[in-house]
Amino acid sequence: MNATAEMTAAGAASASAPTGAIVMNCQIDKVFYGDFLAVRASTVPIEKNKITGFIGPSGCGKSTVLRSLNRMNDLIPIFRFEGKVTYHGQDIYDRKVDPVVVRRYIGMVFQQPNPFAMSIYDNVAFGLRLNGFKGNLDERVEKALKGAACWNEVKDKLKNSGLSLSGGQQQRLCIARAIATEPDVLLMDEPCSALDPIATRRVEELMLELKEKYTIALVTHNMQQATRVADTTAFFGVDISQGSRTGYLVEMGPTRQIFEDPQEKLTGEYVRGEFS
Amino acid sequence: MSEPNLTATAELIALGVPEAPRRLPNLNRAPFEIRALKSGFLTALTWIAALLASVPLFSVIYRLAIEGGSRLDWEALTALPPSAFEQGGGFGNAIVGTLVMVGLATLISVPIGIFAAIYLAILDPDSRLAHSVRFLSKALTGFPSILAGVFVYAVLVVTMKTYSALAGGVALAVLMLPTVVLAAEQAMMMVPKKMKDAAFGIGCTRAQVIWKVVLPTGAPGILTGVMLAIAGAAGNSAPLLFTALFSGYYLTSLTEPTASLAILIFNFSGMPYDNQIELAWAASLVLVMVVLVFNILARIIGRQKH
Amino acid sequence: MASHHFDHVDRSGSVSGPPSAGDYIFDRGFRGVAWLSAVFILALVVYIVIEIGGKALPAFSEYGFGFLTSTTWNVQTGQFGILPEIWGTLYSSLLALIIGGVFGVAIAIFLTQDFLHGHLAAVFRTIIELLAAIPSVVYGLWGIYVLIPLLRPVANWLHGEFGFVPFFGTSLSGPGLGPAALVLAIMILPTVASISVDALHQVPYKVKEAAYGMGTTRWEAILKVMLPTAGSGILAALVLGFGRALGETMALAMLIGNSNQISLSLFSPANTLAALLASSFPEAGPVEVRALMYAALVLLAITLIVNAIGLAVMKFATRKFEAER
Repeated sequence: MNATAEMTAAGAASASAPTGAIVMNCQIDKVFYGDFLAVRASTVPIEKNKITGFIGPSGCGKSTVLRSLNRMNDLIPIFRFEGKVTYHGQDIYDRKVDPVVVRRYIGMVFQQPNPFAMSIYDNVAFGLRLNGFKGNLDERVEKALKGAACWNEVKDKLKNSGLSLSGGQQQRLCIARAIATEPDVLLMDEPCSALDPIATRRVEELMLELKEKYTIALVTHNMQQATRVADTTAFFGVDISQGSRTGYLVEMGPTRQIFEDPQEKLTGEYVRGEFS
Repeated sequence: MSEPNLTATAELIALGVPEAPRRLPNLNRAPFEIRALKSGFLTALTWIAALLASVPLFSVIYRLAIEGGSRLDWEALTALPPSAFEQGGGFGNAIVGTLVMVGLATLISVPIGIFAAIYLAILDPDSRLAHSVRFLSKALTGFPSILAGVFVYAVLVVTMKTYSALAGGVALAVLMLPTVVLAAEQAMMMVPKKMKDAAFGIGCTRAQVIWKVVLPTGAPGILTGVMLAIAGAAGNSAPLLFTALFSGYYLTSLTEPTASLAILIFNFSGMPYDNQIELAWAASLVLVMVVLVFNILARIIGRQKH
Repeated sequence: MASHHFDHVDRSGSVSGPPSAGDYIFDRGFRGVAWLSAVFILALVVYIVIEIGGKALPAFSEYGFGFLTSTTWNVQTGQFGILPEIWGTLYSSLLALIIGGVFGVAIAIFLTQDFLHGHLAAVFRTIIELLAAIPSVVYGLWGIYVLIPLLRPVANWLHGEFGFVPFFGTSLSGPGLGPAALVLAIMILPTVASISVDALHQVPYKVKEAAYGMGTTRWEAILKVMLPTAGSGILAALVLGFGRALGETMALAMLIGNSNQISLSLFSPANTLAALLASSFPEAGPVEVRALMYAALVLLAITLIVNAIGLAVMKFATRKFEAER
């Protein structure tokens, strides 16, 4: 108890020692949008072949942290990142690193299903072609669609537009597109928020299958989802004491512990639904 | 059914409701009240304005069909323009000249226009360069077309020492450029951000995002803009007056004076010979049809988007 | 960059890899070409202004500002002045603006304020758009052989009965300012209408609801709420329509009569800057070309100023609504 209190006092986020190999370690010092401090000191390790869930109230910076992991935020001109994100020991924010290369190893599934305006087949083959894949394209497309649990639904209409599918199917198509190249890490930014409960369930089952091969980081606004799929959960909070809303990591640990025996008062209040 | 109501009222009276019922306002329509009359009058005026504005279009089309249609035959489409007292003849060389110069203008303006639009819409939309180019493109759409002719005359005709199809094409390209830029920028901005995010997220370079996702997705909108620009250029004649000039013969090279439909119409319309005037109408019919074909193509392509 | 391939991540089956050297070259080249194209447009406009300005300079130094106030255009004596053309340009454009503006705004109201439903609205919109698609020379031809014969008896009756009114001071013998301005009005009407339609569409729906909620009739809502709210956008439409009229060439060259005189009469022949360029340039000798370049510069200056004002008003109008949202 004392140790926890000390760590909180020091302002550092508490995280119980990870058990598996760490693929990525996100050590944020400060993240700014223009002059606005969006996220402050937080360290989030991502373990191999596990699902790391990010939860927290809106505005806590959980999506910002996730999008920092593959440098998607670089697309926002006013975004500024201080700290480092190591990927297999290498800082992806190093000046020599090309964000385009980073994104080829660290794939992403977005909040809104976002298939390209091209056929289902071409959507899945997109990343393969992009990476100059010379092998059997059909085979890899089929494998990816099977991996994303939508092969049976689309195998007879691979030439149809990806936009013709239902929302849930589109999202699984996007997952297929992301895993077709078999990247190392998958970042999922509230992948079920635009889906109905049945489609959500299928995507959740899919995530549990995918973690056998991939390392997954998942942002979710749904605490039940975190308890269902995440091995490790990171709880982010919002600090409004400085006049603006700054997000930070409050606590991180095995999902069970976060939900049943949180070390921080704030975490306990949040997971019990006492504030949002 | 009225029975219980009556009793209800009777009961109310029996209970001694003190106030007299409040007088209800008249909610009926009052079609002859001043407000209504004013409305009706203005509505009628608007209808008249709209109908009156459509008269010129129908009048133009009607006269083109009557005057132009009666003279439009194979000879008119293929023969060379007649001289003053000659009968017959046609404007085949002007059709070819128009197509060649518009084609040339398209080849010049479309690549530059689309690439500039890529810069404006995607690469650096908020830079000072982008803001200035956007403003200048808008200003150029209102630029008098004859000044494009003056400019190209000064730059090309004077230096090449000859009027030419090349100069005509360049002058038309100057006029097409802003239309293409603005339409292509608009079309590319309409490509949903989430699609661009998906492409970046999978590890595309910026050029790959644009080449593989933005351009194919925005293609219908871009093509619509290109078609409208072509339609505009085909009908535009002022810049050709002293860049391409005119010629009585089929063109054999890009560096000699070249005929065009619009200039032929301009020249023949003022001549005191019926033959030439009839040909001017027939050429107008052809020109309007060319312009309308591109307009309709633009509409069809634009509609496919949804 | 090549040192960062993350090769140690190699997993069996993964095709993730950095972009090839070709991909990088394509990226650089592609962006370079896009940047160059944007710069090209900037340079083109600058070049146009410099080129026309430069070619006009000799005439400017020779004739000075007197060029703008002199009324003679005589190649033999080398006397050049464009006051009649400036007058004709402004007068014809103003007349066109009044007619085309009234009709254009009326049509914009007609198309946006629920007078028509579904198909019919689409038909009218198409008619107005096609009006803009007809080439200028075709309007010129139509003006000569349809409009002028139609106007002549009316014009001559007006001249006969009301000849004391300066506008009807002459008879209409053929080409003249009136028919030219009328055709010009038809040509700018689609511009005015389409920009006004955009302006009226920009008025938030809640503003309209608020007006109807107060119990206004449709026309009270239009006149007291919609038009004032869309006012700056409609003003921009009128200014840009005026700008378009100033530079319109072929139809005017065919209809206005190319006569070097200043008259208030709607029926007398006149001339405009653009028509002067169109009719004189092809046959001009070097001395006249220099004077024409000066005239072109004046036209460029007038239209640039008018268009810049129009665009500024439009920007202001759009920004107003963006701020509200």
